[in-house]
Amino acid sequence: MLAYIVRRLMYTVPIVCGVLLVTFVIFNLVPGDISRELAGKNASQETVAEIRAELGMDKPKFVNIQGMEDDGVLSVFDSQFFNHFKNALVFDFGRSLKSKENVSDLILRGAGPSLRLTIPIFIALLCSSLTISLLVAFMRGKAFDHIVLFLCVTGLSLPYLAIILFGQYFLAFKLQWFPISGYEPGWSGAKYVVLPAIIGVLAGLGGDVRFYRTVMLDEMKADYVRTAYAKGVATRRVLFVHVLKNAMIPVITRVVLAIPFLFLGSLLLERFFGIPGLGYLMIEAIGGRDFPVISGLTFIISILFVVGNLATDICYALVDPRISLK
Amino acid sequence: MSTANTTTPPKMVDKGSSLWKDAWLRFKRGRVAMVMLWIVVIYAVVAMLVVTGALASNWNDAVGENMEYLAPSWQNPFGTDLFGRSVLQKTIYGAKVSLTVALFASMLSIAIGVPMGAIAGYFGGVVDEFVVWLYSTLSSIPHFLLILAFAFVLRDKLPGLSSVYLAMGLTSWVGLCRLIRGETLKHKNRDYVAAATAFGASKARVIFRHILPNVTHLILIDFSLRFVAFIHAEVILSYLGLGPKDGGSWGAMINDAKQELSRGCWWGLAAATVAIFLISLALNTVGDRMRDALDPKLRS
Repeated sequence: MLAYIVRRLMYTVPIVCGVLLVTFVIFNLVPGDISRELAGKNASQETVAEIRAELGMDKPKFVNIQGMEDDGVLSVFDSQFFNHFKNALVFDFGRSLKSKENVSDLILRGAGPSLRLTIPIFIALLCSSLTISLLVAFMRGKAFDHIVLFLCVTGLSLPYLAIILFGQYFLAFKLQWFPISGYEPGWSGAKYVVLPAIIGVLAGLGGDVRFYRTVMLDEMKADYVRTAYAKGVATRRVLFVHVLKNAMIPVITRVVLAIPFLFLGSLLLERFFGIPGLGYLMIEAIGGRDFPVISGLTFIISILFVVGNLATDICYALVDPRISLK
Repeated sequence: MSTANTTTPPKMVDKGSSLWKDAWLRFKRGRVAMVMLWIVVIYAVVAMLVVTGALASNWNDAVGENMEYLAPSWQNPFGTDLFGRSVLQKTIYGAKVSLTVALFASMLSIAIGVPMGAIAGYFGGVVDEFVVWLYSTLSSIPHFLLILAFAFVLRDKLPGLSSVYLAMGLTSWVGLCRLIRGETLKHKNRDYVAAATAFGASKARVIFRHILPNVTHLILIDFSLRFVAFIHAEVILSYLGLGPKDGGSWGAMINDAKQELSRGCWWGLAAATVAIFLISLALNTVGDRMRDALDPKLRS
């Protein structure tokens, strides 16, 4: 068991390195020189050079051959890539180009509001989609099944942005059932979260119900279901105890892998409803060409995802001793 | 005369129907799916006509002086937008942009994902480990952030639509690659592959002429569903200002709607939503039906 966990842990090392490499290539090699843009139009040569030095952009891209000759062998790692690597490992992503704040502070501050919106969506979505899919799987082939499936495909076919715009326009602006947008910490701010949460659940329901329905249908065909019925177990008990328990592995996979994305929040919902979470931060950063923020956020969410993946695999191994890493 | 018999060989066995013919027969039985297939064809024809310039060639011109925010009427069936352009023309032009972007992005992800998956699955070893590492890495980065990042950095370097479909295509091959790798792993130990190898077929021939035709149906199903995802991704990219540059797409229309709605003008949003909804519904339905018709596991 311990050996499995250690091996699984080792396996995440190349993935984390890969994520670092990809983010480095995207954000540091492709965009070219951002220092000139930062310094403004009329900046002197010296100002640009200063900014370059502050961002570490005056160093070579990958290996510092010059530094190795001047200051010893270890300076070979004093390059843009290895500094990016080193800083990311201690979660130091530099400062935002716009607000000049530490990117890690911005991310910590944004996580709270994001979770306030995504946790209710996550729980409501999970409960409702599991219940609906169990019912649908039970009534497979009947009219109810067809109607729900049709609604799922309809939901999947509507563009997300349009759902948000229509929802905000009709429910908040026209009917004034909800505040249009805003954010307030604490319980008094709960009213601001209701409409975006409803929209989030509705938008996610189609895909989730369809996925869980397939999972449940596979289970319904299993022998143990027939046995349970044969020995006279009530339908409700078969569905909610026997089938639900056995369907847990695919459900857990989907659920655990969704958790990292809860931190990111919903880019669009946060933007439209003025919730100052990480999604909002991301969209602002894209609009303002704020590279350190975009790359820091991308890295953090990726690491959470890798950790989530690791946790799922270890849980599997704990639950099912047959699973092992080949 | 014995020669008469040898010139026309007797029909010994019924050839049976091929997978594709079989699947088509099954597909045709679903009436809804056939209607949806026609919708897809109509969209494709409209997009093609726009490309040739026969339709919506002056979508970017106002229909006249002071014609902004007009409600739907006989002259302008879908109304006009904030610049006085015809919403109908814009919607038709948008079909070209959205379908082109989705088509190129899908082809790009197939061109990357399929060969990589097949080669990784067939050769195994170091090649496989590299490909698995590459897609595990890419799939650890939230997919949408990856598209955004690519679109963001490519936008300044590339003209027109190419930054959009490159960003989507370069980041979306992972799922397909994983699928094809898994299938290739299953197929490579089958007898027909051993037979082809025994006949002296080269490795490339075994992969591309023997194994790949057996997984084509999976690529096709994946394609129809991926296409929808790309159409939807374009909308969000346009909203974030990273979409097609000439501003004539369904995403751009929905983005304009933010301003239009405050003037009570909902028809631009409605037209774009319905346009996206119909093609997505059609492709989703066709894709599902295709999976039922082609996937042997689901046959009962």
